Amino acid sequence: MRIWITSIFVDDQAKALEFYTQKLGFVLKTDVPAGEARWLTLVSKEQPAGTELLLEPDGHPAVKPFKRGLVADGIPATSFQVDDLDAEYDRLASCGVTFTIDPMDAGPVRIAVFDDTCGNLIQLIEMKKAA
Amino acid sequence: MQDDQTDLIFKALAHPERRRILTSLRQRPGQSLFEICAASMSETGHGLSRQTISQHLDALERAGLLEILWKGRTKTHAARLAPLQAVTAITKKICDEEGA
Repeated sequence: MRIWITSIFVDDQAKALEFYTQKLGFVLKTDVPAGEARWLTLVSKEQPAGTELLLEPDGHPAVKPFKRGLVADGIPATSFQVDDLDAEYDRLASCGVTFTIDPMDAGPVRIAVFDDTCGNLIQLIEMKKAA
Repeated sequence: MQDDQTDLIFKALAHPERRRILTSLRQRPGQSLFEICAASMSETGHGLSRQTISQHLDALERAGLLEILWKGRTKTHAARLAPLQAVTAITKKICDEEGA
């Protein structure tokens, strides 16, 4: 058994596709109609055969209160790993991405959190090398 | 200041994690629950559960030691130190009488 997909609830799939590909740099993997919505998945350029990210519509009535609750407490919906957090922060901030937490140390990792414009906070994480 | 308010402040201060949170919020106002948890992990080397931190924040808020500020859709916290000055006056009075 393998983990092949993870999902993020987005308020608008087209807007999310643009943000996650244009700003974050992920690559479209699958885009097929699924009723009124799309089965829309992305992969990382660094891992084209890796775990897919599903941009899932947030239309179910349970989802919006769930997303609101997480954002209210500043809790990221998911987390993406980078090798150089500060470089990635500079790159994203310069193309207009809004950070709610600037890069900070949190124990063995370094983290930052940004707004994905689709109703979620997203954490970036860098595993610090052992000194 | 009312006695029960004074009690709440001393109770709020009677825990190392709450004192740490208050100091952290003083240094960096405007932290969300998530950020306070991350800072706790960073400063103490061991994380506490969100629920535990949340309960500490409730105790601080009941004592009037927190200011809540909404940044967009995110609830953030800052330290409110005015009530501490009132209890400082109490401890000072005790000290003065002892020295008299």
